Amino acid sequence: MKKVYLVVALLLVAAISLPVLSGSPAQAQDDVFRVAVVTPSTGTDLAFSQSMYDALAAIQEERGEDAFEFAISENLFVVDDAAAALRDYADQGYDLVIAHGSQYGSSLVEIAPDYPETAFAWGTTVDTFVDQDITNVYAYEARSEQGGFVLGVMSAMLTESGVIGVVGPIETGDAKLYVDGFKAGVAYEDEEIEVLVNYIQSFSDLAKAAEAAQAMIDEDADVLTGTAQMVPGAIQKAQEAEALWFGTQADQASLAPDIVVACQVYDWTVALNPIIDQVMEGTLGGEAFALTLENEGLVIQFNEEFELDEEVMAAGEEVAQAIVDGDISFEIAEDGTLTVVEAE
Amino acid sequence: MIEDLLTASVIASGIRLAMPYLYAAIGETFGQRSGVLNLGVEGVMLLGAYSSFWGVYQLTPDKATSFDPMALAAGVLVAVLVGLLMGLATAFINVTLQAEQGISGIGIYLFGLGMSTLLFQKNFSQVVTVKGFPKIHFPVLSDIPLIGEIFFRQNLLVYGAFALIPLAWFVLHKTTFGLRLRAVGQNPEAADSMGISVTRVRYMAVIIGGVLASVAGASMSIGHLNVFQQNLTDGRGFIAVALVYFGSWRPYGVMYGALLFSLVTALQIKAVTIGIGIPSELLSMTPYLLTIIALIFASRRIDQPAALTRPFERGE
Repeated sequence: MKKVYLVVALLLVAAISLPVLSGSPAQAQDDVFRVAVVTPSTGTDLAFSQSMYDALAAIQEERGEDAFEFAISENLFVVDDAAAALRDYADQGYDLVIAHGSQYGSSLVEIAPDYPETAFAWGTTVDTFVDQDITNVYAYEARSEQGGFVLGVMSAMLTESGVIGVVGPIETGDAKLYVDGFKAGVAYEDEEIEVLVNYIQSFSDLAKAAEAAQAMIDEDADVLTGTAQMVPGAIQKAQEAEALWFGTQADQASLAPDIVVACQVYDWTVALNPIIDQVMEGTLGGEAFALTLENEGLVIQFNEEFELDEEVMAAGEEVAQAIVDGDISFEIAEDGTLTVVEAE
Repeated sequence: MIEDLLTASVIASGIRLAMPYLYAAIGETFGQRSGVLNLGVEGVMLLGAYSSFWGVYQLTPDKATSFDPMALAAGVLVAVLVGLLMGLATAFINVTLQAEQGISGIGIYLFGLGMSTLLFQKNFSQVVTVKGFPKIHFPVLSDIPLIGEIFFRQNLLVYGAFALIPLAWFVLHKTTFGLRLRAVGQNPEAADSMGISVTRVRYMAVIIGGVLASVAGASMSIGHLNVFQQNLTDGRGFIAVALVYFGSWRPYGVMYGALLFSLVTALQIKAVTIGIGIPSELLSMTPYLLTIIALIFASRRIDQPAALTRPFERGE
C-alpha cells in the first residue's frame, strides 16, 4: 500500500507543477473587467502565445489594473486540458474567456452553449459558430499573408544565391497564410527565385527546425524565414551561416541582432479592444475580427541594428502601402489556395 | 535521386541529431542492465537542458561575441550535478521504496517537464540565446572533402557522445563493476548470495543514468541549439528508452539504433526541403515507422536483463 501512496503523491506533485497558472482568481466585483486566456505554449515564446500575452499586458497598462485583470493558463497543448481550463474560467465568472489556438475550436463549440452569460473569443479563425446558433463567441485571426508578402518581396531583393528557405510547423492556420503570402511576395518580385519550404510537422521540435534550416543553407539558401514557436532553432543555424532572417508573430530581433532584417509583429489589441468594448456593452459574440496592415494589427518592424539597404526598405514599405490601399489584395479559395489580386 | 539526398551534410546532420540519444540511451542502458527501468529520462533531460543553459547564461560575460570555455565547462558541470541529484532521487524511489517503475518514471518525467518550464519562466522573461559549444576545426582534417564535413566539423559534445560507446562497453563487459551490474540485473538473489550489494550497485547504475540523461539535455541546449524553451527535448527521452530495447541492451547496438533513427530523420528533412513529391506529413512518419519495424524484427528479447523492473527484496 505504501507504494501506491507514493506513486499517487508523485503524480500529484507532477500534476501541480505542470500547467503554470498565474494571475489572481476572479472575485465578484463588477467594476473590474476580467479576461482569462488559454494558450498552447508559454507567454514567453517570442511567437504565438507571447503576442497574446503582450497584448493583454498592454491593455491592462492602458485601462489600469483596477479596471482590467487577466489570467493566463499556458502550455495547454493538450486540447482536453485546455477545455477543462476554459470551463473552469467560465465557472469562475470571467467576463471574457479566450481560447488562443485554432485547435481549441471543437471544445469551444461544446463549452460556449453551457455558459450563455459568458463571452468567449477564439482564434485564429473566422468562425464564430453563428451558423450553429451560438451567439457568445467572437473570432479573431491574423491576415499574416499580408506581412508575409511584404517580407517575401524584401527577401527576393536581398538573396544573392537565388535560394530562400522557409521553416513551417504544420500546414494550417496563420502559419500557412504566412508561408503562402511569403512565397507569393518572392514570386511577385522575381519568379526565378527558388523557395524551399519545409513544414516539419511540429510546433515544438527545435532540433528538427534547426536541421531543416541547415538543410536549406546546404542548398545555398542565404535568406530564411519561419513561423511558430520552434523557430529559435532555425534562427541559430541561420546565424551560424550568416544567412538573413525574417520573422513573424513577434519581434525576434533580440535572438540574432546581426541577421534579423524585419519581423511581422502581431498586435492583438486591435482585435481585443473592440471585443472587450462590445462585451461591456452587452454583446457577447457573433463577430469576427482580423489583424491587417491597414488596421495596424500587423506591423512590419525593422531591426534597427541591421543596416538594411534603403532601396529594399523603401520597396517593402511601398508594397505594404499598396496592401493598405487595396492595390494588392489576397483571395483565399476554399481549398486554401492563395491568389494575389492586383487592382487595375 | 539517392545521391541528391544522401550528401555529406545530411550525414553530418544525422550525427548531430544522434548526440542526445547516445548520452541518454547509454545512461538508460546502465540502469536497465542493473534491473531498473527509468521512464523518466525525458524529465531529467529537460532539467539538464535548462540547468546547463542557465549556468552558461549566468557565467558568460555580457555582450560576449564568442563562447566562453569556463562558462561552458560550468554549464556541463551544473548538468552533471542536477543529473546526480535526479539519479539519486530516481534510485531512492525505484530501489529503496520499490515503486512501480513504469509509473514512477512518468512521475519523474512530469516533474522535470513542469519544473524546467517553471524555472525558465521565473528566471527568463523571454527566449534568449547563449554562445554554446562551437564546431571544432581540425587543421587539414576538417578540410578533407566529405569526410571532413561529416567527422571533423562537429562540436566537443558530439565527440563525447561517440567516445562514450566504447567506454560504456568497456565498463559493462571488462570491469568488476560491470560484471556486478550485469549480475544484479540478471539474478539479484544469486548476486546477493555472492556478497554483492544489489542496492548499492543499482544506485550507482541509476545515478550514472541520471547524469548521462542530464548531459543529453545539455547537449541540446548548449551543444546544438544554444537556446532553451519549454519542452526543448520534445520526446527524445522516450525515444532513448526505446533505443535501449532496439540495441538489445548493448552500447554498440544502441549506437546503431540512434544513428539509424537520426540518419533517417535527417534524410527525411532533406527530402522535404528539396521536395521529392511525397507529402511532408507522410515523410515525417518514416523514422518512427522504420524504428517500429526494426524493433519487431531486430529486437532480441532474449537479451533482456532477467530482473528488469523487478525490485529486489532480501529474503531473510
